[in-house]
Amino acid sequence: MRVKDLIGSKLKRALAAITVAAGLFAVSAVQAAETIKVGVLHSLSGTMAISETVLKDVTLMAIDEINAKGGVMGKKLEAVVVDPASNWPLFAEKARELIAQKKVSVVFGCWTSVSRKSVLPVFEELNSLLFYPVQYEGEELSKNVFYTGAAPNQQAIPAVEYLMSKDGGGAKRWVLLGTDYVYPRTTNKILRAFLKSKGVADKDIDEKYTPFGHADYQTIVADIKKFSAGGKTAVVSTINGDSNVPFYKELGNQGLKAKDVPVVAFSVGEEELRGVDTKPLVGHLAAWNYFQSLKGPENDAFKKKWADYAKKKNIAGHKDKPITNDPMEAAYIGINMWAQAVEKAKSTDTDKVIAAMAGQTFKAPSGILSKMDEKNHHLHKAVFIGEVKADGQFNVVWKTPGAVKAKPWSPYIAGNDKKKDEPEMTAKKK
Amino acid sequence: MSLTGYRKIALAALLFAALAPRAYALDAGAVQQLAAEDGDAKLAAINRLVTEGDVAAIGLFKAMQDDGLQIFNGRVVIVTGDGVKDAIHGETLVVPPDKLEAIVVNNRIRGALDSAIAALKLIVPQRAERLAAARAVAADAGEEMLPLIERALEKETDAEVKTLLAQAAAAIGLKSPVAERRRLAVQVLGQSENPQTKQLLAALLEKTPDGGYTEPDAAVREEAQKAIRAIDSRAVVPQLLGTVFYGLSLGSVLLLAALGLAITFGLMGIINMAHGEMLMIGAYTTYVVQALFRQYFPGAFDAYLIVAVPAAFAVSALVGIVLERGVIRHLYGRPLETLLTTWGISLVLIQLVRMLFGAQNVEVENPAWMSGGFSLGGGVVLAYNRLVIVVFAAFVVLLMWLLLNRTRLGLYLRAVTQNRAMAGCMGIPTPRVDALTFGLGSGIAGLGGVALSQIGNVGPDLGQSYIVDSFMVVVLGGVGQLAGTIIAALSLGEINKFLEPYAGAVLGKIIVLVFIILVIQKRPQGLFALRGRSAEA
Repeated sequence: MRVKDLIGSKLKRALAAITVAAGLFAVSAVQAAETIKVGVLHSLSGTMAISETVLKDVTLMAIDEINAKGGVMGKKLEAVVVDPASNWPLFAEKARELIAQKKVSVVFGCWTSVSRKSVLPVFEELNSLLFYPVQYEGEELSKNVFYTGAAPNQQAIPAVEYLMSKDGGGAKRWVLLGTDYVYPRTTNKILRAFLKSKGVADKDIDEKYTPFGHADYQTIVADIKKFSAGGKTAVVSTINGDSNVPFYKELGNQGLKAKDVPVVAFSVGEEELRGVDTKPLVGHLAAWNYFQSLKGPENDAFKKKWADYAKKKNIAGHKDKPITNDPMEAAYIGINMWAQAVEKAKSTDTDKVIAAMAGQTFKAPSGILSKMDEKNHHLHKAVFIGEVKADGQFNVVWKTPGAVKAKPWSPYIAGNDKKKDEPEMTAKKK
Repeated sequence: MSLTGYRKIALAALLFAALAPRAYALDAGAVQQLAAEDGDAKLAAINRLVTEGDVAAIGLFKAMQDDGLQIFNGRVVIVTGDGVKDAIHGETLVVPPDKLEAIVVNNRIRGALDSAIAALKLIVPQRAERLAAARAVAADAGEEMLPLIERALEKETDAEVKTLLAQAAAAIGLKSPVAERRRLAVQVLGQSENPQTKQLLAALLEKTPDGGYTEPDAAVREEAQKAIRAIDSRAVVPQLLGTVFYGLSLGSVLLLAALGLAITFGLMGIINMAHGEMLMIGAYTTYVVQALFRQYFPGAFDAYLIVAVPAAFAVSALVGIVLERGVIRHLYGRPLETLLTTWGISLVLIQLVRMLFGAQNVEVENPAWMSGGFSLGGGVVLAYNRLVIVVFAAFVVLLMWLLLNRTRLGLYLRAVTQNRAMAGCMGIPTPRVDALTFGLGSGIAGLGGVALSQIGNVGPDLGQSYIVDSFMVVVLGGVGQLAGTIIAALSLGEINKFLEPYAGAVLGKIIVLVFIILVIQKRPQGLFALRGRSAEA
């Protein structure tokens, strides 16, 4: 009886809350007539909060900046922030809520590939727009998504080529180490095919996976050590998020130095190194399209904007030690390009904006003039390879001469040569 | 001042005059070449300076390693905290900082610099420095070092340093055109303890594209195979010991995470889903103590853990007591509600920490004495932080055992858990004992948090990743049995580590879970069930 009463009263309260919320929503809808709504879909709680929270903040910063300059087509942008809580199915629900109920014109969001895969059908069904700011494994091309992070040929392949070169140490044996999910598995599949094409034998490639949140890397580091006795070895790490800290700590403690066995990481940036004592890690590498340490007026301006914004909004961690990283830059480019495209299209209509996005350029904080490819929805990006310095920043040791065009369909995966380098322009029928 | 005083000064001045020009008599061309864009050119310059064998180059190399070697107007300069000096002549320059251009130093150059410095240090008078230098040279010797190594070998009297130098010379000797010399070099290298040596030897046995071997002489190849076998067989025992230690270390981490739960869940029967957050609070307390030390007593930074341990215990215990008095005591006997409530509390605590410290992980630095490791030979290194944690786990277990079996609180606690009503009748203040016991369990979880902060991440979600493991250990060991918890934790650690090399980390974890399910099916009470009357209580 008591339980039933409890449920009854809870239900009533919940209903009341929903009614109030709906009322508020109606009010805000009336007020919002003069604004353009944009959705922000990043996890603010759960495992991915570590990485995604700053992307929400940098998007809001860009919105403030655009509004201060008079908005887009004379209208102010209004951010609608939701929290999908690192819960993949919830991403799809929240995306539907943003598009169908909140009527946003565009959504900036997602980090992990699995979250992107979960929202993709929603964007295609409702014909809306997603800007995805993180480096990923490729093998996807949707007309409703603009990918402002790197495809494998803009990050993974150049990094491996560098390690094979004389300056990178001339590695002959490879450990491909990753967290067990889609991004590392696909990237390693591409890398294995690439290494084979360069004449590396199967016995010289060791592929290893660990579960999400793995914290005990003793055996793995000891194995890498043993493996490296057979020839000059490099480690390619696609370990995601949290697990990097114990991995790098173990590397340092077991005395595996970068000059003997360099580790190049694709998911480790300035933000991830914040929680790590970097002195033993000096010389390990990361490949990105942006580093905080890049010199140039665009980057100085970007860093200053972020530092000021973090101080003003009292963002924990960043207010004392502001840090910028590659996905933040990609998010910043994405929203600015979208604003330019809307101005050009004179409309927020999805299809018109998609057409206006083609060939759009923006002077990126990295100092490169980023260009959205005319066809394949990916940015042309320069690739930088940096070595970790004692202060947690990166020292750029190699870079591509100019911007590289993305190849979302990697030529190293069988069957991809037949796929077209542009999305199908008709929305899929459901 | 006496005459002798003047004489001394004059002598010093003379000496200085004699030494000073020598100190900067570096090959100007080579120094200039260090600033070259191309890595090969830089390496050639380093090698040239090494061949000249002038110790003055050490300072230059060190500056280059620390990014202190920069370019100003095409001139190579050394930038230090106190100003800018010319790298060749040593005169002080006034340079605006934005005019300086960095010289890129990558891993390859850094490695070459390391061994170059070591080679130049082979003839310093201090034995410890010579030994370290010889080790570095033996690991990575280049041909240009041969004159330096031979010079050092002639003068060297210490046996250990001598062996290392001989190995370094042998590594270079592998490239000799004379087959017999190569064979002798392989023989010397077979005695080496250095893991890189095997790499050198294995390279000899590699096949070249035209079907032959890198090493043309069959006798040398055979010797190399023998040497590799010798190195491998010497590594067997240390590697086995290493695996045992890895298991022990994982086991003690599990134990520290689960011990607190063994009290709150095991002894008191409270399904405490907020247990992980007690670990997290302990870890964050460590972080705060560390930050305070850094700010107020930077000199005593390495000792911050001594303060962090009691502080973490106190803070977590306090939070635990507040929880017990405020919430959990109203839910005794209602396990489902307890589970839901404590889970809710865990979410509240996570969000609270996120608001206070931010969503990002915070950095907890190991004290210097916990960084690095102890070499077992055969390439196996036991990390000091893991060793410390094993000892710490033993210490916490001992402390708990003493508390439970040697103090009045322990006696009360055991009485209350065995028969609450009877204990109450005997005048034991059961509510107070409950609060203190829950506080003790939480405090011990806090101690676990201190340990976890030294090996992994400190973030708001820290506890989430350990809660399942903790329950697993307690249930497997047998609820209410401390000894069971200890044995379960250690055996899970060992099983995991012995499986991992064969099955991989992912499959290894699955096999362990299946194993636990099987054990629980066979023995629902866990490995060590309570026997007798108390089992029914």
